[in-house]
Amino acid sequence: MGLVSGASTSRLGAVLLRRGAQGIGVAVLVATLCFLVVRQLPGDAALRIAAGRYGYDLVDAEAAAAVRSELGLDRPAWQQLADWLAALVRGDLGTSLVTSAPVREEVGYYLLGTLQLAGLALLLAVALGGVLGTLAARRPDGLVDRAVDTWVAGVRALPPFLLGLALVLLFSVHLGWLPTVGHGSSTTIVLPAATIAIGLSGLFARVTRDAVVEVQRSEHVRFARTKGLSDRVVLVRHVLRNAGVVLVPYVGVQAVVLVEGVVVVESLFGWQGLGHALVHAVFWRDVPVLQAAALVLALLVVAVNTLVDLVVLWLDPRPRGVAVGA
Amino acid sequence: MRSFRMLAVAVATVIAGSGCTAPAAEGGSAGHPHDRDALRVVGPFEVHSVAPVESSGLFTRLEVAETLVSSDLEGELQPGLSPSWTDSADGREWTFDLPADATFHDGTPVTADAVAASLQAAYEESASPLAAAPVERIAAAGDAVRIELDQQYPSLPATLTHYSTAVLAPASWDGGRVTEVIGTGPYEIEDVELPARVEVTRFEDFRGEAPAIEQVSFQTVARAESRALMAVSDQADVVFGLEPAGRERVDGSDTAEMVSSLQPRSLMMKVNVEDPVLEDVRVRQALSLALDRESMADAVLREPDLAATQLFPPSLTAWNQPDLEPLEHDTEAAAALLDEAGWTAGPDGVRTKGGQPLELTLTTYPDRPELPALATAIQASLEDVGVAVRVDVTNSSEIPARHADGSLQLGLLAKHLALVTDPLPTVAETFAEEGSEWGVMEWRNDDVARAIADLEAGADEDEAEQDRATIATAAQEELPLIPVAWYRMNAAVSGHVDGFVMDPLERTWHLSQATWAS
Repeated sequence: MGLVSGASTSRLGAVLLRRGAQGIGVAVLVATLCFLVVRQLPGDAALRIAAGRYGYDLVDAEAAAAVRSELGLDRPAWQQLADWLAALVRGDLGTSLVTSAPVREEVGYYLLGTLQLAGLALLLAVALGGVLGTLAARRPDGLVDRAVDTWVAGVRALPPFLLGLALVLLFSVHLGWLPTVGHGSSTTIVLPAATIAIGLSGLFARVTRDAVVEVQRSEHVRFARTKGLSDRVVLVRHVLRNAGVVLVPYVGVQAVVLVEGVVVVESLFGWQGLGHALVHAVFWRDVPVLQAAALVLALLVVAVNTLVDLVVLWLDPRPRGVAVGA
Repeated sequence: MRSFRMLAVAVATVIAGSGCTAPAAEGGSAGHPHDRDALRVVGPFEVHSVAPVESSGLFTRLEVAETLVSSDLEGELQPGLSPSWTDSADGREWTFDLPADATFHDGTPVTADAVAASLQAAYEESASPLAAAPVERIAAAGDAVRIELDQQYPSLPATLTHYSTAVLAPASWDGGRVTEVIGTGPYEIEDVELPARVEVTRFEDFRGEAPAIEQVSFQTVARAESRALMAVSDQADVVFGLEPAGRERVDGSDTAEMVSSLQPRSLMMKVNVEDPVLEDVRVRQALSLALDRESMADAVLREPDLAATQLFPPSLTAWNQPDLEPLEHDTEAAAALLDEAGWTAGPDGVRTKGGQPLELTLTTYPDRPELPALATAIQASLEDVGVAVRVDVTNSSEIPARHADGSLQLGLLAKHLALVTDPLPTVAETFAEEGSEWGVMEWRNDDVARAIADLEAGADEDEAEQDRATIATAAQEELPLIPVAWYRMNAAVSGHVDGFVMDPLERTWHLSQATWAS
């Protein structure tokens, strides 16, 4: 995360361009690897795809043979890969082998689901973790700090699966406030997002607490106090902003992990997202969907990292124009 | 702490914003537990496409699309879209009448041409059971549809009960693909969000009796735990596919109750009858006798009653033979048979013959979670009689692959025995003389072949009964397929719903006949 450009926009542009090129390179590599790995999976791909389309009861060698010739699965692997890359250059992600729908539409639908879920979860986690961490940092080793420590250990130790079910039992079954599962209506996102957020909030609380404690002990904060500023103003204007320089890159890393790690939660709550798409694409050998999902995830990583760089640049109060490491 | 306040505002905005993608979801979601507009159905199956053959039958189950022929709960044929049908004297020409007053959901009339086009499309899908029928020509004949055959095929009306033959309006197709489900049923599509959500509403111009329940929503919920919780907390009215723990939860609640019916599906071991070990019928009988089916069914399926006593479950009333001597668990008899076949007890507990240990590989797949568990139970049962079994849990496509190259010894699989209302096409395929990927392997029996040919040629009822008994008895004696257990399909039905019935063939959910409890 040590990449900070100078104030000139042309340098910013250069950074964006380099990151973008990097991203595309990585994405194509990842998609190619996906293609190769799927080919190594045991079992006949045509039969799996046919089972995905028609259901197990209707699948036999004949249906599989029809699928194989329709999709050209008997062509050499390099030809299939080359076709895919050529189509990609034209901006065409192809069609799903199982649903025959355009991959762009399909992955777009699932990506939207994941971004909604991950975005809300991240906001909740930052809010919860940030508040807890800041409270804990006010009196290191005090009662609140110890309580927050327990919370951190507790939520980190709880697997999301168990936590999700516990939340469902409480808020959905006993209190009847929220729906158990679903996708689409505004209330269905709350429980899956809360499940992820509570798990993440522990780490955020911990990192916030340490960052705040460190900044509080620094000389410029002592100076701000000496200057006669109230505790609140010192906290908001000096401590939190400086702690943010540590926190934002951390949030960025978590955002990436989050997007890729929501599989369990998506499946538990029936939420339609990329995790769901990836699992099903592997299961049904839907290579174009798998490649496109990997591509999108790789680009997302680059996008989040770039965004983090820009935010840190804006947050960091140290003089602009001097290259510094966060 | 202004920053936190802003954060709270942002959170609220995202929550509100996330609802914008699917405003129509409200009726179907669990957001309004007391909204009695829509009947909420939840099941584990995802829908990958709206094309009938790829729909897993969801649109016929929801009564959006209709097939020409329908069936009742006993599997007897009933009029579907076609009120009546006749076949020619030689049985090679079938005429299906069409109702005069029927319209598709887009308002266009149901014409013979439209129906013929729909059937032709199904016939061209190799996965549809109609593709297996000896069809020569499908065409409109006046106000009716005529299907001409190369040879007799008495199962044709039964084949036309399959969801892949559902009749759709011409406007459903776009560029050779089905893009919309415009059917003729009592419900029409309101909204489809594949793969997990479908909403339907009453079709006001339906030619028959209007359903009492105006709207139905279907939602896919993959996890059985989640489905069970929805059933007990009144977030769904009909919940399919509960696992044992969920069933107990529903039984203990007062919001819903369990409804179930035995499916025409059997769990069985496919046996390579040409294998040097397994070609001896005594070895196959010994393997069958060694299986403690009741304990397995109890431990894995949590229902000892599901232990198979023969291949055809009692739900296939015409095929199940109540007089057949049931498959039993008798380890002593199994040991005696193995002794007789020359497999004598070896020093490490594994039997040997001519220095060769009695070792077998059982291939199965994890797509149905009970299969690997049952495979290990079978392994333990057979160990008791000195048979060493290696369980290979692999990809489901390995069973057809190992069938094709002859390397399969034993394969544990679940087989649906009545894809269409009449089990005959499935049975004929399962016992085909040349073998069948999900049926017999290298097993031929002249009596069975004759009986199947006789049935396919349209044997009269007495003969047919005899033929079915011949097939079931030969299968029981020679065990080319060793039955293990049967299947039960279940659903939790909310107390708000009256008149829900379960079709063992799952052709339709009969929701148009259900009512809200007063």
